[in-house]
Amino acid sequence: MRFNAWQILKQGLSGNRGWHPHWRKPDPKPDYDAIIIGGGGHGLATAYYLAKNHGLTNIAVLEKGYLGGGNIGRNTTIVRANYFLPGNSEFYSHSLKLWEGLEADLNYNVMHSQRGLINLFHSDGQRDAFARRGNAMLAQGDDAILLGREDVRKILPYLDYDQARFPIYGGLYHKRGGTARHDAVAWGYARGADQRGVDLIENCEVTGISVDQGRVTGVTTTRGQIRARKVAIVVAGRSSQVAAMAGLRLPIESHILQAFVTEGLKPVIDHVISFGMGHFYISQSDKGGLVFGGDLDFYASYAARGNLPGVEQVMEAGMALMPMIGRAKLLRSWGGIMDMTPDGSPIIDRTPIDGLYLDAGWCYGGFKAVPASGWCMAHLMATDEPHPVARRFRLDRFATGDLLDEEGTGSQHNLH
Amino acid sequence: MRLICPCCGWRDRREFTYMGADDYLHRPVPDAPPEAWDEYLHNRTNPAGAARDLWYHDPCGTWVCITRDTITHAVTDGTRLEDAQ
Ligand SMILES: Cc1cc2nc3c(=O)[nH]c(=O)nc-3n(C[C@H](O)[C@H](O)[C@H](O)COP(=O)(O)OP(=O)(O)OC[C@H]3O[C@@H](n4cnc5c(N)ncnc54)[C@H](O)[C@@H]3O)c2cc1C
Ligand SMILES: [Zn+2]
Repeated sequence: MRFNAWQILKQGLSGNRGWHPHWRKPDPKPDYDAIIIGGGGHGLATAYYLAKNHGLTNIAVLEKGYLGGGNIGRNTTIVRANYFLPGNSEFYSHSLKLWEGLEADLNYNVMHSQRGLINLFHSDGQRDAFARRGNAMLAQGDDAILLGREDVRKILPYLDYDQARFPIYGGLYHKRGGTARHDAVAWGYARGADQRGVDLIENCEVTGISVDQGRVTGVTTTRGQIRARKVAIVVAGRSSQVAAMAGLRLPIESHILQAFVTEGLKPVIDHVISFGMGHFYISQSDKGGLVFGGDLDFYASYAARGNLPGVEQVMEAGMALMPMIGRAKLLRSWGGIMDMTPDGSPIIDRTPIDGLYLDAGWCYGGFKAVPASGWCMAHLMATDEPHPVARRFRLDRFATGDLLDEEGTGSQHNLH
Repeated sequence: MRLICPCCGWRDRREFTYMGADDYLHRPVPDAPPEAWDEYLHNRTNPAGAARDLWYHDPCGTWVCITRDTITHAVTDGTRLEDAQ
């Protein structure tokens, strides 16, 4: 069924009895051309583009829980293309362009809202750095506007402009940045893949990867053995465990990132605001909740919940930036497991095992990357060649020194 | 979460700075091959469950090797690095 206004009208008039589940629930077949481990955003997008761009449809996505139950349904949904380094810049630029056509392509409302993102700066040095970043974004063909303090005040009148510690000097305005509905992105890709014949298999945990003479031959799962010529590991925070099934040790450490949402309020924050110095960012969901977060809890963890010092730090930063949010009641907080690489950039690459591919290391920024990651991972799996915009996301870059350290903080897991 | 400092006892997590996994205890010899340095600096077992990692107790300046569970956040031991090697 194609979704459109006419369907809504028709279904509404006939008691809404004609809507069907968005994807099938098939049993696993014994054999596939390719298997994708992990039914998060990246796994589902990979399956979708394998089918759509490369005509590979005898494939399966194996998900240990339910589709969209991982980080894809836990993030704060910010979508942007304001990266600086060659290697990152063209990739995220490609991703944003895919976002801009995603709803039409998937025939699915992912509520992509380009409400504009403003990154605040608080010193002359930071202004220079943001001017440089803005130029890099323009050179990449994306948009960036450098705002002064009074320009920011016009757009965001509710910030505290008298703050002594981090006075607001201005902001870098990325108008095409914004948010999207995270679950809908997973569901839209799932439906699109399913319609093209991909088997989406839930409650199917991969417990082993079979390798024969340096070549992958299939996987062991809680729903039996499945053979495949190509296997992709796309499991975000669990990358180290799944890679270990094939005897690999990855440059990844898993950390928690927390997020928070208030009770629903009338529209008050129209943009995405990022207060880097305070490690705080915020936007307002279409339901009205203020959605915000901060930094990692900063220690290795697999608990999908954080500790209170992290909560305290985010609340303090929020109050420092916009004292008015002290009036809002916090409704919920949660955490997700982040696959942190030493340089903070991702990996889309082959592994030393033939037919085994890795898409991982998305750290805290993998939601905006979902379309391009799926696109490039599908390209890699279908052609065995890296896609031009993802060619720097190599697994061996730490050994060779070709790092992609976007923040310039160093190549250690505890620094990003 | 509270951690154990061998000098100060159980202390609030906010008094500590995290360094990383106990792989940092196994520094290669200076002329070790590049692969050994890559393992030491970048690659991690990243266990889900029992783990040992290095923390710095800011107030007293002691480096501590903490034994804890990365799923439950239960902390069971804190040893001086000299004793943890
Ligand atoms: C609080 C928070 C805020 C964030 N905010 C942003 C943001 O604003 N913007 C942004 O760009 N990014 C953000 N991110 C990052 C982003 O959410 C992640 O980088 C991205 O979702 C990870 O990729 P994924 O969707 O494929 O992961 P997941 O959805 O986690 O998918 C991985 C899947 O693999 C499955 N799996 C694991 N092991 C196995 C196994 N053995 N067998 C089968 N299946 C398995 C898991 O169950 C899971 O469903 C945020 C993350 C968090 C936690
Ligand atoms: Zn101490």
